[in-house]
Amino acid sequence: MNSNKVIQVKGLTKMFGDFTAVNAITFAVEKGEIFGFLGANGAGKTTAMKMLIGISNPTSGSAHVAGFDVFTQAEDIKKNIGYMSQKFALYDDLTVKENITFFGGIYGLSKLKIKEKTKEMIDDLGLEDVANQLVGALPLGWKQKISFSVALLHEPKIVFLDEPTGGVDPITRRQFWEMIYRAAHQGTTIFVTTHYMDEAEYCDRVSIMVSGKIEALDTPKKLKEQFQVTSMNDVFLKLARG
Amino acid sequence: MKRFIGFVTKEFYHIFRDRRSLFILFGMPIVQILLFGFAITNEINNVDIAILDHSNDAITKEIINKISASKYFSIIQLIEREDDIESVFKKGNVKAVLNFEQDFSKNLIKERQATVQILTDATDPNTANTISNYVNSILKKYQQEQNKAITINYVIVSEPRMVYNPELKSVYMFVPGVMTIILMLVSAMMTSISITREKELGTMEILLVSPIKPFQVIVGKVFPYIFLSVINAIIIVLLSIFIFKMPVQGSLILLAFESILFIVSALALGILISTISATQQTAMMISLMGLMLPVILLSGFIFPISSMPIPLQFISHAIPAKWFIIILKGIMLKGVGLEFIWKETLILIGMTVLFMGISVKKYKIRLE
Repeated sequence: MNSNKVIQVKGLTKMFGDFTAVNAITFAVEKGEIFGFLGANGAGKTTAMKMLIGISNPTSGSAHVAGFDVFTQAEDIKKNIGYMSQKFALYDDLTVKENITFFGGIYGLSKLKIKEKTKEMIDDLGLEDVANQLVGALPLGWKQKISFSVALLHEPKIVFLDEPTGGVDPITRRQFWEMIYRAAHQGTTIFVTTHYMDEAEYCDRVSIMVSGKIEALDTPKKLKEQFQVTSMNDVFLKLARG
Repeated sequence: MKRFIGFVTKEFYHIFRDRRSLFILFGMPIVQILLFGFAITNEINNVDIAILDHSNDAITKEIINKISASKYFSIIQLIEREDDIESVFKKGNVKAVLNFEQDFSKNLIKERQATVQILTDATDPNTANTISNYVNSILKKYQQEQNKAITINYVIVSEPRMVYNPELKSVYMFVPGVMTIILMLVSAMMTSISITREKELGTMEILLVSPIKPFQVIVGKVFPYIFLSVINAIIIVLLSIFIFKMPVQGSLILLAFESILFIVSALALGILISTISATQQTAMMISLMGLMLPVILLSGFIFPISSMPIPLQFISHAIPAKWFIIILKGIMLKGVGLEFIWKETLILIGMTVLFMGISVKKYKIRLE
């Protein structure tokens, strides 16, 4: 196996009864890459992602995440990935610090490490004033940033982001993507689903799923050339309409 | 272990920061036990009665004195005419009227028989019945005292004695019931709500993606409630001992063991409920309708199981609370040891294992 490929998927399939939600998808993601995983609602991207993060068993095919097999080593995968969903990962009735401590603890970080990380995160995000406030009282954009940092707490090799920027304003989204870039720059691989097509442009490579299959996979630039359009939005529309 | 402590700490934050759940946890038990203990009672105390004494002689006076001396009755009115009886009842305060016939003493001595009519307000049949029984027993006692002097050849005196609760205090019956309800409520409803809350907020997904195992999540969520339920059980027992003077005849250790067993079975039910409900609301409705009502109605807490129709008796066997109430009454009132309640204990253990098994299975399916 190529050590630079942190995600390797071959013919991965998930059936629910007669319905094929994910139909033999094949792709690979390199270390430090920002990989956009696109598709309309119901195209199967969430199901595919669930298999990769070890909470859903594939029907057939093979997949390795961070060097571990999704069939047999799901527990090892969980230790090496971070995850942030479109719903909030943080507890509203806990303070920022308590959330960090809790999630750090779940990932088995030592007390000292948690302390160190907490300080680092508070400095990085400028959270001095709100560190002891309940998360529920913070604006959405802040919650998202903290949520992302919490997903990176245990220094995972790969972070899975499931529509992380749903419902926030463009400026906050922009800031959020800066955080993503910074993380990728430090060598963390980013696997992100989104339905904002402008965000697709920020990705190193993009795959587009249509009814369970990956119909296109390349850099945004090459995809636009291939479909002879000027924006990712048009690429998407062309594909989705068949 | 460290993960577990972190998890439990977080769970306590949730509980202590939510005023509503705090109230349900600690306010309810106290309010309920006091309500049931003081207000809702089958005993009669200082019931207002009126006397209509047509005879007005030494014996009727003595009987009236005895009645007014008892703590059950207070005579608030002496009426003169039959016509007044109705108006006295209609006013509502007087629950019973004793109507002594004319020449009561004379009849008693001459004919060896005299009549006193006991009229009770039967708009509340239970109270009416109790009042009439109490009056009867005072009359009987008086009769026996009088007869001691005279020798009669044959007399069969029935001597009812209410064992384990000689004063027929209803609090003795309510404490085990309320304790059962509260432990069921706290354990099953609160856990099912707290687990479904994580599902609803999406944090459950995050927990499932983390290295912490589903089993650890469940134990971590349930553990605080075991702890809190035990505290509740202690509060209830202390309240009943010190405020209601309820005895605990049996072993406290056995009582603690059985309570923990029941708490665990209720928690297992709570987990089961959380696996079948997607939202906190559903979890609450299922807990209330599916657990609370059967516990109150079918566990033998208020209505005796032996007088239920056969199908309901059957259903009542499937309710853990029924067995726990039998156990509680046995330990607290009769002072029995495990040798008398091992069957009920085994049934509870069996039910707990069953609920646990089903919820573990359901939980796995849900993860798919």
